[in-house]
Amino acid sequence: MPRVLLFIPLVLFITLSFFLWKGLSIDPRALPSALIDKPFPDFKVEALLQPERFLTKADIVGRPVLVNVWATWCPSCRQEHEQLLRMAQESKIKIIGLNYKDERQAATQWLQQLGNPYAFNIYDEAGMLGLDLGVYGAPETYLLDAQGVVRHRHIGVITEQTWLDIQLLIESLGVNK
Amino acid sequence: MIPELGEFALILALGFSLILAVIPLYGAASLNSLWMEYARPLAKAQFTFMLISFICLGYAFAVDDFSVQYVANHSNSQLPMQFKLSAIWGGHEGSLLLWAFILSGWTLAVSLFSRDLPLDMLARVLGVMGIIATGFISFLLWTSSPFLRYLPRFPADGADLNPLLQDFGLIVHPPMLYMGYVGFSVAFSFAIAALLSGRLDAAWARWSRPWTNIAWAFLGAGITLGSWWAYYELGWGGWWFWDPVENASLMPWLVGTALLHSLAVTEKRGVFKSWTLLLAIFAFSLSLLGTFLVRSGVLTSVHAFASDPERGFFILVLLLLTIGGSLTLYAFKAPSVKSESSFGWLSREMLLLINNVFLVVMAVTVLLGTLYPLLIDALGGGKISVGPPYFNALFVPIMSLLALSMGVSGASRWRQTTVVGMKQQLLMPAIISVVVGVIFPFTYGDGFNFRVFLGITISTWVIATALQEFKGKFRNADSMMTKLGQLSPSYYGMVLAHIGVAVTAIGITLVSVYSEERDMRMALGDKVELAGYQFEFKGAKRVKGANFTADEGTIVVTLDGESVVTLHPQKRHYNVKRSMMTEASIDAGLFRDLYLAMGEPLGDDGAWAVRVHYKPYVRWLWLGGLLMSLGGILTVFDKRYRRKSTNEVAHA
Repeated sequence: MPRVLLFIPLVLFITLSFFLWKGLSIDPRALPSALIDKPFPDFKVEALLQPERFLTKADIVGRPVLVNVWATWCPSCRQEHEQLLRMAQESKIKIIGLNYKDERQAATQWLQQLGNPYAFNIYDEAGMLGLDLGVYGAPETYLLDAQGVVRHRHIGVITEQTWLDIQLLIESLGVNK
Repeated sequence: MIPELGEFALILALGFSLILAVIPLYGAASLNSLWMEYARPLAKAQFTFMLISFICLGYAFAVDDFSVQYVANHSNSQLPMQFKLSAIWGGHEGSLLLWAFILSGWTLAVSLFSRDLPLDMLARVLGVMGIIATGFISFLLWTSSPFLRYLPRFPADGADLNPLLQDFGLIVHPPMLYMGYVGFSVAFSFAIAALLSGRLDAAWARWSRPWTNIAWAFLGAGITLGSWWAYYELGWGGWWFWDPVENASLMPWLVGTALLHSLAVTEKRGVFKSWTLLLAIFAFSLSLLGTFLVRSGVLTSVHAFASDPERGFFILVLLLLTIGGSLTLYAFKAPSVKSESSFGWLSREMLLLINNVFLVVMAVTVLLGTLYPLLIDALGGGKISVGPPYFNALFVPIMSLLALSMGVSGASRWRQTTVVGMKQQLLMPAIISVVVGVIFPFTYGDGFNFRVFLGITISTWVIATALQEFKGKFRNADSMMTKLGQLSPSYYGMVLAHIGVAVTAIGITLVSVYSEERDMRMALGDKVELAGYQFEFKGAKRVKGANFTADEGTIVVTLDGESVVTLHPQKRHYNVKRSMMTEASIDAGLFRDLYLAMGEPLGDDGAWAVRVHYKPYVRWLWLGGLLMSLGGILTVFDKRYRRKSTNEVAHA
């Protein structure tokens, strides 16, 4: 075996460490700065439960809303679901689902079985809207103001505590509970 | 006072590991046997002080010393004692202490059980382990000491342990897993010692094998326990999520599996030496990488520890030094390691090599899936995620090929095999497995299903070929009983582990295809039927636990009018953390689990959302995992590992 081949593992490892080092300076929970206080991206995507209907950005502006990214393949979403149902019950704010890289049938079944906290669901099958939005994974939740500007992003499961924080933010945007 | 003692003991342990990292290695390099002799007592001293440190933290938890920050953040005066003690590893700092403690335990074990090892080999192995310990204890002391205090004012009570962790699983899963992770440091140290000394013979492989097998067995048992824990604790019946942290434990297991096969070839035939060394380095490197991924916060995960770039940076430097250093050493020294024999294209060596490649490809697949989001992000490509579809799409075919070649290599011989001989051995198992695979979905399910066919066929294939080979052992035996006694524990271990693979594969296949679940609104007296079982809801009542209150449902399960079991799922509210937990109630069985979880209360009439699962053969996937680990442990009892190795060295 040529000796130079024996250096391949080392070279691969050094390349990998470079990326790990870069990764350290990136906070996976941070919003890509491009979208803080920037408008929600434009889109034209099918609705989950009504495949014939196309949703656009016009459907989500006009009042502050929460956009919740979820999928049936995501265990944490399942954990979060009960909290979302509670929120939908106790607050007036609309929760809009962004069904991310999912199968329509599975997602529909999920909502039938577990209950539907969403005003409506955007069916982002290919994940293109998620890409524009900078979605890292599911679950994620965005707070948009009435002009459709992203005001806050929460990565991971919404707990009772984060819900309290979000409520404060919502109040500062001027929606009544 | 006691926490300071713990910190002080940790500092002393660091001192000893530092000396252990320098003196014996220098002694081995300069052939100074007095310096080499220091390795054993240093290993003992290091272990003693790690033990003291560990006990001190345990004591702080036991007496509710909330002036210690780590205790205040992870315990509570109302927490039951067994969870107070296992809360030691309920967070980053303490679990790292457990990591270092187990490392010192393995170091001690090597120093105790390696009497036959030549002194220079022992000195090098313990020295390398000392280097690793130095790195990790420094990491503890500098960035993650569990003994820091809240002074002068400290909280009256603790913030409590995450309710998800308040479970039997926390008591056993992390220690088991860490025994595996850290256990690979022994194989790693043996590999480095071989590179340093340039000696890599059958004796070397014989010394490394039991350590590798037992670490592998622990890791497998740890992963199995983790999967079982997730299944009953998360409340919705999933058992594997392709979460980065799960992947981090799967990768070293896969590479470890490749390593223990490759070591077998190195011992028996004196080939694959360089490859074996590389696998030993990789297995431990992946353990370290897993540690980095979990604790640095570069990836989001349900297991995520508090993320802290400073810690991440420290581990990255540790990674660079250990992995980078060992791979550099490998690149320069591996050419001095020569194969001792040759083998043909169709031989057991070649087939094991192919298996090895499959296992490594699987590990790389997992590695890419885990790191891909990170790589894309670092390249400025934005944040993306890779879901389970990616892993399933790649894992199923590779796993099938691996199982196929597992059977083939069992039928092959060392050096050279004839196609005719293999055909003879494999024809019957092949027919049996295809027939079983075709029939099974018709008799168990309600028609042909390709996934079931594939899963059952390859599982039957693995079992049938293993039994065929087992039968072959008796061809020339005088009596059945004498032969049974003559076969070595290693051999039995191998057969057991291979059957374990099949059992796990059967479990995965059947539970994935034939599971049924239903989410129901159930009021008093409501009935639901699932997979032939009748579930009747008898209402819910409020119960109180040590540190939680719960709504407990009562559900009576009957099958054809006969009572099966009464289940009590709970919806718990933990007082201190103010969080809700679903405590599933499970009727476990070898062929099916009935799994009930409470959802939300619905309305005022006492109705609840109830989730009912029917999970066929789900126990098999853990049973198989345990069989594999049991097989690994069995191999360690082989007599030849206890034989005096002096004559081995002479002939090698």
